[in-house]
Amino acid sequence: MSASDNSKIKILVGKPGLDGHDVGAKVVVRALMDAGFEVIYTGLRKTPSEIAQQALDEDVDVIGLSSLAGSHLLFCKKLKGLIDQYGLKEKLWLIGGCVPKKDHAELKNIGLDGIFPNGSKLEDIIEFIEKNAQVKEVA
Amino acid sequence: MDGSSSDLKKVVNESGIEIQPLYGPEDVEESGGIEFIGEPGGYPFTRGIHKEMYRKRPWTMRQYAGFGNPVDTNKRFKYLIENGQTGLNVAFDLPTQTGLDSDNILAEGEVGRVGMAIDSLRDMEIAFDGIDLEKITVSLTINGSAAILIAMYLAMAEKKGYDVSKLRGTAQNDILKEFVGRGTWIYPVEPSIKLVGDTIEYCAQNAPKYSPVSVCGYHIRESGCNPAEEMAYAFCIAKAYADEVKARGLDIDEFAGRLSYNLNLFGNIFEQVAKFRAGRGLWAKIIKEEYDAKDPRSMWLRMIAGGGGGGLTFEQPEVNIVRGAYYALISALSGTQTMALCSYDEAYTIPTEYSARISLRTMQLLVEEMGLCDTVDPMAGSYYMETLTNQMRSKMEEIMAEIDAEGGVVEMIKAGELQNKVSGQAYQMQKDIDSGEFPKVGVNCYRVDEEEEHEVEFHPYDGKDAELQVESLNEIRASRDQAAVDKCLAQLKADAEAGKNVMPALVEAVKSYATVGEMTDTMVEIFGRYEEPIVF
Repeated sequence: MSASDNSKIKILVGKPGLDGHDVGAKVVVRALMDAGFEVIYTGLRKTPSEIAQQALDEDVDVIGLSSLAGSHLLFCKKLKGLIDQYGLKEKLWLIGGCVPKKDHAELKNIGLDGIFPNGSKLEDIIEFIEKNAQVKEVA
Repeated sequence: MDGSSSDLKKVVNESGIEIQPLYGPEDVEESGGIEFIGEPGGYPFTRGIHKEMYRKRPWTMRQYAGFGNPVDTNKRFKYLIENGQTGLNVAFDLPTQTGLDSDNILAEGEVGRVGMAIDSLRDMEIAFDGIDLEKITVSLTINGSAAILIAMYLAMAEKKGYDVSKLRGTAQNDILKEFVGRGTWIYPVEPSIKLVGDTIEYCAQNAPKYSPVSVCGYHIRESGCNPAEEMAYAFCIAKAYADEVKARGLDIDEFAGRLSYNLNLFGNIFEQVAKFRAGRGLWAKIIKEEYDAKDPRSMWLRMIAGGGGGGLTFEQPEVNIVRGAYYALISALSGTQTMALCSYDEAYTIPTEYSARISLRTMQLLVEEMGLCDTVDPMAGSYYMETLTNQMRSKMEEIMAEIDAEGGVVEMIKAGELQNKVSGQAYQMQKDIDSGEFPKVGVNCYRVDEEEEHEVEFHPYDGKDAELQVESLNEIRASRDQAAVDKCLAQLKADAEAGKNVMPALVEAVKSYATVGEMTDTMVEIFGRYEEPIVF
């Protein structure tokens, strides 16, 4: 997929909860912008309903979360309810940050499509979105 | 000395200084000579703020610790002290750091997770129960709610019978860097600076041995800037606080001696050591020449050189133990006052008792076995070190001039420009790591197979502690004199509205067992809340 195709994909990068570590989220935002995607960054300290509402209002194709302070499971469970309620089930849903392996299966069960723990390569995130975002739109 | 040879790869350190294969006396001369090096204990303090440094007393060992409720944390504190730790460095949970009570809906799942939950003075009393606050100095890693927590700490100490006018200790309380990295801001930029000014002014007058601010280059470095910028930004921020307090009519010598710094360790060993030496000289010069300080203590760059989290890796976590040992070496060679190390598991989780003890032992090794306390500033006189120290100082001065030319650090932070610049650097670094341009052992070279990679033991998060904390908060609310609390909060609001120093009102409010959330909400009514500028 070329960068011009990527421009049709809109991504929300969200920072859930009280966690103030935003280096990774901002790095990913920049990488996605450079790859040609349309990217919206929520800023810090967003609640599940704020993130779901913004995803709905902005009609994004991808919801990406960045979590480094350990509250990812609780947050994703809460967001899942809102995602279903707002009819956002078909959106590609990703998480990155300090997300230990022991939680990956549960996150997949909740509905996360992609998990990119610290140490992931930027190009892997970009490729994953290029490969999966549209597939999901069509399906 | 021209040691260059065309077939050698060009080496440039992170701060942008080209490194020669060999250094000699003419390089030292060319970079500015040894004029600015001086002697330890004398201006410009490049070699150290004390004459005898670690011969007299090794650095304070102060691992960052705190989790769950105050009972859990009190146990961890005692464990660390039993193991030879000489200071405490308190980690608060995110609700406490962002001014929320433990029963706030926004605090759900976060109470006691990355630090200790504190709601009222009662919690502070429990956390420090049985700890001698004259022997063990305490550093509070708190920023957005620092004014409240300082008031609480002082009130706790007073209640326990200590003379507050003699009490030592530190609060991080550097809100400007929170807007750039770390993110536990509450109020907008201007009132946030005012609150820092309030704490400095109050402590200068009531608790003159207490260090109310530890200016942090640390987190801006973690967020992406290079080592020379780390120091330059920290100095710009420290100057913003000094200007705020000076404008209230205080003399620089009334408060500058209690300003301290929190600086980072990861990266090239020589670049970091030169950074600290250069920074010490530059800060002394700034305070002496720009602020006309007379007291040499005002010119001291006192610091905790610690952490190094930004250099640790998820991959092959045990290798972080070795990284930590090198960071400790850097810190010792730099002439720090206090040292703390990120533990090897901190890329994943808050440290376990086991990993925290390894960090403590790492520092103790340097003191007991490796001779790091034998002589002052052992790197001095190296052609390379002295040249690099001069060059790093020049770099810092250049960067500070650039910041001034762009409107100053406060304006840049308000506009989100500094945040944007630093995050752009973090992006470039990530690209360089991804491409292998910037080597990172275990990450982009010397990797092991997926099956061999394993995660660390996780510090357990027990939701039960959070429940207990909420129960204890409810007990406090039910048992305190509510009329007294209301009166104190009304006074706090009135003082905030009148632009007065809020510290006296906060100290009274704290003593009435008003909660962190109640005091924060009261001040938000007057000061407002920060809106983060999103700039890319």
